[in-house]
Amino acid sequence: MAEEILKVEHLNKFYGDWQALHDISFDLKKGEVVTLLGPSGSGKSTLIRTLNGLEDFKDGAIYFKGEKVDPSPKTWQGLRQKIGMVFQSYDLFPNLTVMDNILLAPTKVQNRPREEVKKEAMELLERVQLADQADSYPRQLSGGQKQRIAIVRALAMHPELMLFDEVTASLDPEMVRGVLNIVKELSDRDHMTMIIVTHEMNFASQIADKVLFLEDGKILEQTPGKQFFEHPQTERAKEFLSSMDF
Amino acid sequence: MAHSGINVLFEGSNFARLMGGLWTAVWIAAISLIIGLALGTIFGLLRTLKSRIIRLILLLYLEFFRIVPTIVLLFLVYYILPRQFNVNMPATWMAVLAFSLWVAAEFSDIVRGALESVPKHQRESGLALGLDQWQLFRYVLLPQTVRLELPATINLATRVIKTTSLLMTISIMDVINVGQQIVEANNQSHPTGVFWVYGLIFILYFIVDYPLSLWAKRLTAKQHY
Amino acid sequence: MSWTVIQQSLPNFVKGFQLTLWLSLIGIVGSVIVGIITSLIRYFKVPILGKILGAYVEIGRNTPLLIQLFFLYYGFPVLGIKLSAETSGIIGLIFLGGAYMAEGFTGGFNGISKSQIDAGKALGMSPWQMARYVVLPQGLTLSVPAFSANVIFLIKETSIFSVIAIPELTNTALDLIGMYYRSNEYLLVLVIAYAIILIPLIIILDWLERRVRYGSFGD
Repeated sequence: MAEEILKVEHLNKFYGDWQALHDISFDLKKGEVVTLLGPSGSGKSTLIRTLNGLEDFKDGAIYFKGEKVDPSPKTWQGLRQKIGMVFQSYDLFPNLTVMDNILLAPTKVQNRPREEVKKEAMELLERVQLADQADSYPRQLSGGQKQRIAIVRALAMHPELMLFDEVTASLDPEMVRGVLNIVKELSDRDHMTMIIVTHEMNFASQIADKVLFLEDGKILEQTPGKQFFEHPQTERAKEFLSSMDF
Repeated sequence: MAHSGINVLFEGSNFARLMGGLWTAVWIAAISLIIGLALGTIFGLLRTLKSRIIRLILLLYLEFFRIVPTIVLLFLVYYILPRQFNVNMPATWMAVLAFSLWVAAEFSDIVRGALESVPKHQRESGLALGLDQWQLFRYVLLPQTVRLELPATINLATRVIKTTSLLMTISIMDVINVGQQIVEANNQSHPTGVFWVYGLIFILYFIVDYPLSLWAKRLTAKQHY
Repeated sequence: MSWTVIQQSLPNFVKGFQLTLWLSLIGIVGSVIVGIITSLIRYFKVPILGKILGAYVEIGRNTPLLIQLFFLYYGFPVLGIKLSAETSGIIGLIFLGGAYMAEGFTGGFNGISKSQIDAGKALGMSPWQMARYVVLPQGLTLSVPAFSANVIFLIKETSIFSVIAIPELTNTALDLIGMYYRSNEYLLVLVIAYAIILIPLIIILDWLERRVRYGSFGD
């Protein structure tokens, strides 16, 4: 049986009096891909950010590789080196070149030798077909290129889990496929463990081993990917899928 | 002992005199602001017009005030007006003159910036309604820019108030000059009074200035969200 | 207007000029250091110290330099702390300038988008690494306009040192006027002296602002 990477138990999160996440529980095995689906404001982004310590939570527990996460800044700081995250707005550092963006965390946070990381970074850049942009600045790149670099930047940390938060939502339609192909390849070829928030239903149906369908901060459905798209169990999920033209 | 000097503040009419000095400073700041803002509005408007000569002259005017420290401005007015132009007026009015011209320069830049930020189509739709240049400015542009200008204007006011501390250098009986006199008069009986007098003036300036700068900060924050 | 009068005063003005430059330089460097430390401590909301420095920034920005100097120079000896005029001037200027610079840098730091901060955190950076690699390079770039306004402001503020008899430019002019009554000449030299310092500086700072705006920060 595959190793358990992540387990979430009875997670509750509040913004002031307003409860953003209700009693969230799920787990994730090594190599598995989970997609979080649901209408806007359903809590998908809040949940994925909570899994990286970017949002705090009130009660419940998160286990990373069987170990309970003590939600202190120090713990998260260490864990984030093993959990890569890519955002909707790419967020490359505008003052650094593509290469320096990739090298920054592995060399400064993980203290790995620069030459070794650089070699690896070049391989990754070749893989996303951007090796020729190593010395460019982010502003010289298209959105799709920036997002591919952001994925490389996260991968260079050797993460054991990758979080993708609506990574194609700000992209022009023609850029979307290139980015999604990279994510797909990460799963098919590298068997990367991933949690993905997306509105691309076709992509989700191809890649998801498991779907969490959220609404109003609650998990309404937690089913294998194929089953969710072919036989959604709740009325809300059926409506959602038809509203997404799926 | 330091604390005995505090009595100097409340002896005789000392406290009232200090307040009188503060009033002089605030009064000069207020008059200068009124004149300077009016003049600055006109200069700012002129700087958005097409005439290159007017724009150049007003730019040089602004740069002059950007370069010359305010204390030097006071001396320029204080020495040059009477000796060179035979203009004799009380130092208070000389200060008002210098401050007003300075405020006008700074404010003209604020007004120009705000006017230039009004979208072009606002101007065009005003003209399309048959408004002339002045009506356009008075009814369309000015009202839209006031809100934009307000935080910077309040900040300018706080600077003018702080700058009134320089009035003593041209012998105006402002709060610091009064303080200095009190310190000197009581130096024998209260050698530690100097700490308390200047300490009080320090606090007085803060009390006048801080609410204004807080207000400006709040307005700026509101405009951003 | 007499050329001879001007000529004879030049050696004095050169000394005052040098002192103004020197005091400005120390004041600006000191203010930048105080400003960066203060704004970082406030940005990362360090308990207690952050609040104290918040109060410092408000006090520094909302009181005139002149009264700060009087308090330091005349008031502090009462506490047994005797400072020379120059020392009082430099401390006062850094007290004032540090508060202004801190406010400017804070504005720059707050201008960094929240998602950039998230990206830094997501890469496992410590608060110190966040400051070093994300907050400072981007925040300082964003605060260049405030910085250049403060530099010019601080240089002009050194003129107030004249009230505690530090022989910088303005004091030099006032002394000469007091001795020889040639106010036209001396005030003219004084204004030109400030122009010589400030005009090139304004040009350089404008260039820096434009470079930062259109340069490496274009997206």
